[in-house]
Amino acid sequence: MNTATLSQAFLILLRRDLTLAYRRRSEMINPLLFFILVTALFPLGIGADPALLREVGPGIIWVAALLAALLSLETIFRSDFDDGSLEQLLLSPHPLSILMIAKVFAHWLITGLPLLIVAPLLGVLLDLPGDAITTLLITLALGTPVLSLIGTIGVALTVGLRKGGMILSLLVLPLYIPVLIFAANAVATSGAGLPIDAHLSMLTALLLLAVSLSPVATAAALRISLS
Amino acid sequence: MLKFFHRMASPKYFYQFAGKLIPWLGVACLGFLLVGLYDGLVLAPTDYQQGDSYRIMFVHVPAAWMSMFIYIVMAGAGAIGLIWHIKLAEVIAISSAHIGASFTFLALVTGSIWGKPMWGAWWVWDARLTSELILLFLYLGVIALYNAVEDKRAAARATSILALVGVVNIPIIHYSVEWWNTLHQGPTVTKFGAPSITIDMLIPLLLMAVAFKLFYATVVLMRARCEILQRERNSGWVRELVRASQ
Amino acid sequence: MNEFFHMGGYAFYVWTSYGLALLVLLANVLSPILLKKKLLSQLARREQRAGRS
Repeated sequence: MNTATLSQAFLILLRRDLTLAYRRRSEMINPLLFFILVTALFPLGIGADPALLREVGPGIIWVAALLAALLSLETIFRSDFDDGSLEQLLLSPHPLSILMIAKVFAHWLITGLPLLIVAPLLGVLLDLPGDAITTLLITLALGTPVLSLIGTIGVALTVGLRKGGMILSLLVLPLYIPVLIFAANAVATSGAGLPIDAHLSMLTALLLLAVSLSPVATAAALRISLS
Repeated sequence: MLKFFHRMASPKYFYQFAGKLIPWLGVACLGFLLVGLYDGLVLAPTDYQQGDSYRIMFVHVPAAWMSMFIYIVMAGAGAIGLIWHIKLAEVIAISSAHIGASFTFLALVTGSIWGKPMWGAWWVWDARLTSELILLFLYLGVIALYNAVEDKRAAARATSILALVGVVNIPIIHYSVEWWNTLHQGPTVTKFGAPSITIDMLIPLLLMAVAFKLFYATVVLMRARCEILQRERNSGWVRELVRASQ
Repeated sequence: MNEFFHMGGYAFYVWTSYGLALLVLLANVLSPILLKKKLLSQLARREQRAGRS
């Protein structure tokens, strides 16, 4: 048997996860529906005054995105854990942290990217101006990968637990706060017609930090959880 | 020195050594606490701006310092446990979590009580209070994870990773909350000026801070001893200890 | 003395804070003491059972 190089292993894992996700398309829809539904609940709760919605809209959409990301997190390792392929992954000769990036990337393509596609629709529902919707897309593109990367650490820590879901939100949500602050504020700021360079560079910095550190933590956490 | 550390790594030796150390630490803590309280409540002058309400500072500020200090100790001990597989470091890390959470809670509540006469509201989304609230959630996450994992060795290692992730994130969270706060600062907050600290106020503050540090040292050793008893329950020296205590 | 307890009108805030601090400190001291007692008695019972059988 010939062993795959690291980049081959990366691509194989990525393709495998995407194929598996494609076979379970309906599961992909749930977080998306949740995202839309939560956002639609707010006008019903606080009133449909357009000026009010425009003011709180960025925060609402981002909080909903946070919760949708959280909801979809658990699926990243669940089937792999159930059928034992996660343990196979641990035995791979390649660095586990790099393989984790492949898993997170696949997971983001499945659950993060769809959020970007429906986000403009939600922006319109909450009466956000055009600039703000563009910014919303940029912040989602920069921010949701961070959510996936950080969240995966939490999933890796709780993967074998029965009541993992509740604990996962307690572990992960506090760590999501910086993303929420910078992203929601960027959308609000651009809605007011002000520059958002600082916000975007902060989000980029968070993304780079998360890409470089969180796979290492995820790999270490997985080894402990499955030991 | 090296020999000392080597012996400390043995749970039995640590258990006995900590048992001898605890009374001394406790007495020292009590001494600092009493002097600090007397100095802070009686000797320190009334603040010309805040009146006597500023005296809450003598418990609030040391508690807030401890909440961060203990998190760093917890993450540091966790890292040592993860890298060198020292069980004792794991024990210290997990014993710190409950104490840290209680200090964070104390800092939050006293901050809120201090805020009532100063800001006119029990809760204000002030940057420091908000960070402290998030810190409390981080502590609770660590405790919840430890309780949820059944194998306690794996639990200690998992919480060590979580504490390390948290310690990387705390500066980022703190910075982002501060930045958020400057944007959303309400008009009430400007009423609050930090008391211009004079030496009469600084001395009791430092005394109380030392007392809290000693308190942490005392209590973490007490907790660590319990944790060790639990982990080593099947070893010979614990059984001997139990037989002797009957 | 009365003036000391009055705290310049802030008595309620100051003394609740200090009272809570005392409670938190006491709880931190008591919980390991109680835990240790419980553990030791648990282990002692196990020891007795092992001795009898």
